[in-house]
Amino acid sequence: MKIAEMYIMQHKVVLRVVSKFLIPFILLFGLYVQWHGDFGPGGGFQAGVIFAAAFILYALIFGVDKTRQAVPAWITRCGLAVGVFIYAGVGVATLFLGENFLNYNALAHDPIHGQHLGILLVELGVGVTVCCAMITIFIAFAGRGRK
Amino acid sequence: MLLTAFAIIRIRNLFSVVILTGLFSLLAAAIYILMDAVDVAFTEAAVGAGVSTVLMLGTLALTTNDEKTTSKSRAVPAAILSIITGAVLIYGTLDMPNYGDAKAPIHQHVAPRYLNQSAQEIGLPNVVTSVLASYRSYDTLGETFVIFTAAMGVLAIIGRGRRRRKKENVERETKA
Repeated sequence: MKIAEMYIMQHKVVLRVVSKFLIPFILLFGLYVQWHGDFGPGGGFQAGVIFAAAFILYALIFGVDKTRQAVPAWITRCGLAVGVFIYAGVGVATLFLGENFLNYNALAHDPIHGQHLGILLVELGVGVTVCCAMITIFIAFAGRGRK
Repeated sequence: MLLTAFAIIRIRNLFSVVILTGLFSLLAAAIYILMDAVDVAFTEAAVGAGVSTVLMLGTLALTTNDEKTTSKSRAVPAAILSIITGAVLIYGTLDMPNYGDAKAPIHQHVAPRYLNQSAQEIGLPNVVTSVLASYRSYDTLGETFVIFTAAMGVLAIIGRGRRRRKKENVERETKA
């Protein structure tokens, strides 16, 4: 069994090297899409998916167990809730600051700055939730077949 | 795209079908780019061609690789039904305005206000982001909750299986 696994791993050497080379750039691109979504195409949802795709690629090449070492289950499960919490929290914060739910004008003295801050936080919430949801779903599927 | 769609229908090997659906999504993303909907194309390429293909492959690994063949006697009613549905859908598109028509209802309602005012009100160069995250933030909050619920559902149905199986193994070993 062990010898067979080693044999398979040796034959994936190109995949392993290329994916190791690509994953940092995928993560970097995900972060770029996340923070640059205000100015170019993209935003929280796309960034979350790209960020999760890096981890899924890692899981495909190196196996689910190693991915679980990198991102433990509690991180993705907490991240799921934290993203929604950030989004809804921004809404509640604007309520306390005397505006309507999710009206970002109240977040800063200047309405435009408030809008910028609000959109940034909200996109962050979306990104965290989407990323964690994708990783969770993939690992739930991929981790199921193994004994 | 048509070619890919026909291939998806004809091929019985589900592995090829999954890869072809990924190709179909990529072509759809190219069409969105041609229509200047870069944000949508982005999502389609990342989700449709990337993550969902991988998820389908994961499902295939758990189930079987070949499609069950349906009996020939069902083919005729199915063909009639799909032709009728297709005809109704095409009839529905006849009333729609032409692509890029400035007089289309969708360009008359709130779109001009978003395009004209968002620079002063939000100050972001990307109007798509300001519509999504600010004007329509309730909808986006709802979408985030949908994704949250989806992940929760997957976790509730199959996510806990591993730990339980581990516990069962431990129990079996202690009994033996």
